[in-house]
Amino acid sequence: MAGVRALGALSRITARRYVLSGKIVLNSFDLSFFLARTHVNYEVKEDVAVIRMNDPNSKVNTLSVRMQNEMIEVFNEVLANDAVHSAVLISSKPGCFIAGADINMIQACNTSEEVTKLSQEGQKMFERIEKSPKPIVAAINGSCLGGGLEFAIACQYRVATKSKKTVLGTPEVMLGLLPGAGGTQRLPKMVGIPGAFDMMLTGRNIKADKAKKMGLVHQLVDPLGPGLKSPEERTIEYLEEVAIQCARGIVHKKILLTKKKGMMQKVQDYVMGIAFVRQQIYKNVNGKVMKMSKGLYPAPLKIIESVKAGLEQGPDSGYLAEAQNFGKLAMTSESNALIGLYHGQVACKKNRFGVPERPVKNLAILGAGLMGAGIAQVTVDKGIHTVLKDTTVEGLSRGQQQVYKGLNDKIKKKAITSFERDSTLSSLTGQLDYSGFEKADMVIEAVFEDINIKHRVIKEVEAVIPPHCIFATNTSALPIKDIAAASMRPEKVIGMHYFSPVDKMQLLEIITTDKTSKDTTASAVAVGLKQGKVIIVVGDGPGFYTTRCLAPMLAEAVRVLQEGVNPKKLDALTTGFGFPVGAATLADEVGIDVAAHVAEDLGKAFGSRFGGGNVDVLKTMVERGFKGRKSGKGCYVYTPGLKSKDVNPDIDDLLEKFKLTPNPSVSSDSDVQYRLVSRFVNEAVMCLQEGILNGPVEGDIGAVFGLGFPPCLGGPFRFVDTFGADKLVEKMRRYEEVYGNHFTPCQLLLDHAKDSNKRFHK
Amino acid sequence: MASMLMNSLRCCPPVNPAWAVQYATRSLSTSVQLHAQVQTKSKKTLAKPGVKNIVLVEGVRTPFLLSGTTYADLMPHDLARAALQGLLHKTSLPKDAVDYIIYGTVIQEVKTSNVAREASLGAGFSDKIPSHTVTMACISSNVAMTTGVGLITAGQCDTIVAGGVEFMSDVPIRHSRKMRKTMLALNRAKTLGQRLSLIGSIRMAHLTPELPAVAEFSTAETMGHSADRLAAAFGVTRLEQDEFALRSHTLAKQAQDAGLLSDVISFKVPGRDTVAKDNGIRPSSMEQLAKLKPAFIKPHGTVTAANSSFLTDGASAVLIMSEEKALAMGYKPKAYLRDFVFVSQDPKDQLLLGPAYGTPKVLARAGLTMDDIDVFEFHEAFAGQIMANLKALDSDWFAQTYMGRKVKVGAPAMEKFNLWGGSLSLGHPFGATGCRLVTTVAHRLLKEGGQYGLVAACAAGGQGHAMVIEAYPQ
Repeated sequence: MAGVRALGALSRITARRYVLSGKIVLNSFDLSFFLARTHVNYEVKEDVAVIRMNDPNSKVNTLSVRMQNEMIEVFNEVLANDAVHSAVLISSKPGCFIAGADINMIQACNTSEEVTKLSQEGQKMFERIEKSPKPIVAAINGSCLGGGLEFAIACQYRVATKSKKTVLGTPEVMLGLLPGAGGTQRLPKMVGIPGAFDMMLTGRNIKADKAKKMGLVHQLVDPLGPGLKSPEERTIEYLEEVAIQCARGIVHKKILLTKKKGMMQKVQDYVMGIAFVRQQIYKNVNGKVMKMSKGLYPAPLKIIESVKAGLEQGPDSGYLAEAQNFGKLAMTSESNALIGLYHGQVACKKNRFGVPERPVKNLAILGAGLMGAGIAQVTVDKGIHTVLKDTTVEGLSRGQQQVYKGLNDKIKKKAITSFERDSTLSSLTGQLDYSGFEKADMVIEAVFEDINIKHRVIKEVEAVIPPHCIFATNTSALPIKDIAAASMRPEKVIGMHYFSPVDKMQLLEIITTDKTSKDTTASAVAVGLKQGKVIIVVGDGPGFYTTRCLAPMLAEAVRVLQEGVNPKKLDALTTGFGFPVGAATLADEVGIDVAAHVAEDLGKAFGSRFGGGNVDVLKTMVERGFKGRKSGKGCYVYTPGLKSKDVNPDIDDLLEKFKLTPNPSVSSDSDVQYRLVSRFVNEAVMCLQEGILNGPVEGDIGAVFGLGFPPCLGGPFRFVDTFGADKLVEKMRRYEEVYGNHFTPCQLLLDHAKDSNKRFHK
Repeated sequence: MASMLMNSLRCCPPVNPAWAVQYATRSLSTSVQLHAQVQTKSKKTLAKPGVKNIVLVEGVRTPFLLSGTTYADLMPHDLARAALQGLLHKTSLPKDAVDYIIYGTVIQEVKTSNVAREASLGAGFSDKIPSHTVTMACISSNVAMTTGVGLITAGQCDTIVAGGVEFMSDVPIRHSRKMRKTMLALNRAKTLGQRLSLIGSIRMAHLTPELPAVAEFSTAETMGHSADRLAAAFGVTRLEQDEFALRSHTLAKQAQDAGLLSDVISFKVPGRDTVAKDNGIRPSSMEQLAKLKPAFIKPHGTVTAANSSFLTDGASAVLIMSEEKALAMGYKPKAYLRDFVFVSQDPKDQLLLGPAYGTPKVLARAGLTMDDIDVFEFHEAFAGQIMANLKALDSDWFAQTYMGRKVKVGAPAMEKFNLWGGSLSLGHPFGATGCRLVTTVAHRLLKEGGQYGLVAACAAGGQGHAMVIEAYPQ
């Protein structure tokens, strides 16, 4: 029916074109092209054109070239159709309006000019939408991000569903880009300068009700439950009905597009009208950005620049600045790195091992410590019945409280209701014995990192669990095959290395031994994905991948401390390189005792290559009770309730005992940074060389999401590609001369250094 | 369902907004003979061998008044007392002849939390008769009645008085939790210093009172909001809702004028006039109804104040007995209370679909079909809710997808449906409505000569109830 109507409208337009232009050939071509329209279609409902978007080849709509071209065609037809007085723009996909621009479209460009041109085309298209004489209502259900949001805010009116899936935002900054289709120009006018900066600089997702409060959308529609159709289908239909009403309301002047300004708004507008105030805001925001990004990320600065250009020099300069900056940013290595991470993250959210034979419905966790409870926290709200077992009532109730608090904090953020918390907690059982373990599909142990305890636990557990049950061990360094040695069924044993705090850290490192079955791996990955983790699957070995990369860097950090660099300076050097957490702080967070433990274990396993700093420094710190944040003292002193921290005064004499004389030829700030990073990177490359890693993508994801490797560098492998393996090897050779085999580049790195065509990422 | 309403529309020329009146008169006069002739019931009676017959002897209610009107200064048990006294008066029941008294209520007056006991004592029943109070939102008095049925079936009792009461003119408004905590601590404080420091800890914000929530606890959604979403989910239009609301008011007015609402007793309110009639019946016009703005979902919602039930004060009471006891005491029962079910669903998206789930289930239990039913009395929480339920009953897709049935049972015929008005027009004192529905079915069966009646109602919490009532052979 809709098709027929659309065709009818079509024939009218083409007929008219005949008369006007007489280009018969062109028009017949047009018609066949119209018929083949696959992404955008429209239907005229009395006086309202309902424009529906649906990319047939993807789960989400993106502003691809195809989508844009068809949209322009449809838009032209709608404008030309005299029967149509207004239009509604809606997606036929449940859960997605437009997820953004097509990243591949940008990546396919070779010069910044090409990208600038893309941006300008987008700007032009949205300008036409904005200036459309027929009001267009964007009906938003699901993600409305990036270019999608820019499209929506170019429309005259926005209606959004209150669905949990409805999010609005400008995440371009997270890809090292900026909203390049008018976003930097329209947003400040729509939500105010501070609001616009907040959106564009953080890239965060905004839920529908917040968007309404901010003035980003005009009207909200509730999601519907079961009726005469499926809830999803009917909700979209309802949204369309409401949007059509709005469109008619605008045409009939029942809905006014210029809202009466409230007192607050007037005051705000007045204040923002003062050039001095605006200058202060730019300065302030700029300062904040520089402080947070250390100047390593160009995108936020360009966003500020583009907004400023538009507000201070008028829209023409603004749009031009936006397009040009967009072009520049697209060519930066930072953007390349961030987009690489984005693709990597998407890849690591898939299960390459297939669907497990039976889904895990009952999961038992041994040990209700920080880790165990953290794992419970991310599991219990995913519809998996979770058993949390500990050996003491005190330990167990601490763990249960942690899970409760995690959920309760979500209530405060209005992510869930107290009722949802209660019903979620009903799937958590806390216990001290093994009752009910006969129903467990998977057991994750998070007990103390001691091979003897792990062996005892595995034997106890295997006595009570059913044959299909998987035994996963959460360890950061003990080789899984050593743990599995105590198992009667090593094919069911796997390593699941979570990062602390479990509910915040996105990474899960899964470790398989050569005996681990594929189905066991598939099952562990499936559980991890349910828990919302980004997953890398690596081979077994001391320290697996992440811990193994971190250990030499920490060894180097200790040496740097011994050479007289104080912890604050060490932190400044590492964060200055782009690490979100400084090396000294990281050691405190991980725990000095854990670091000592790992350093010793891996030192034994890998020999002198893992040397550098003296392990005794760490051991002495542990002896004196400086175990890091958890004990209140480590490299720093932690006072509860205080955010700022001072360097532990006792650490100086301690380091004095282990003092080393720095070699000035390799002790400049930059050299210290590269000494730390090159050991990390070299070890990562070696993991790939030895087959611990499946590929460079997982290596980059693991390093960035698990260890905080600078995201702007995109991970150790992308760093080698960008920085140049030859240059890195050159630096390492220089350090090697001073410190020996700690800095010997591995074979794979040497291969890359020899042949500049060799790259980890295509 | 829409078509059904449209059919009824077509029966009379839609020249004036009072179409419903005309239509209703016609159906009242014709349907009785019509059904008596055409239909043959799939069952002659629902009596089961070895199961006691339970009968409704009498049912009464106080006039249902808009809250804040004539009853404003009473307390809940006063209303319940009036209903109980009315029942005693109407049945001439000896005051010690009852085995047990059960009342339903929703918003509890904390002073009379077992309102059944306070009311029965106040109504002059023997203090030897135990009584308890039940609650299940809008189907509380249904629970009171079915509890009585259970006691009789179990052989524990022979004579039960069940009823319900709701008093929305006064509701318990509490101090904030923080304030309550301080006040309780103050009780325990031993020294002046302790007391002073507690008093000093009180902040302005602590004085904000806590109103009883009109929202669902589990979802924090108000019922009107949910009703609006439900109406939208089933594609019920504003027009359909307004038409149904107008129908309810028009039919109620007509029933009231014709003296059909014989369950209403007159009640001398202390210090005020005698009340003899429901005061919420206000037949209006479609134009008037169309003017109202949506009350819950703004600006595009469809549920308005006029197509929703209003806050009501009122009480009801019924006398339920085993058949042999009723006959032994010389009563002429009005109806048999037969099969009943309670159902519950998702309190978020299916909050008000109780009738849609309950109706097929109770019919299956009783072995009846939709056509066997002569009298339908559905609780009208919102016009949109009723229309949604009727559409759900009439949808194969809904029956298959959500109820695990092969086919729909079909929607009730409108010419049998809520012919004497409903909760939208008569009022809806939450705890009291169930008894009104059952009594109305019994009275309509007597009046219209049908054999089977069906009561269905929805309730907060996503629950519902349905009961089959059989006419007592006259």
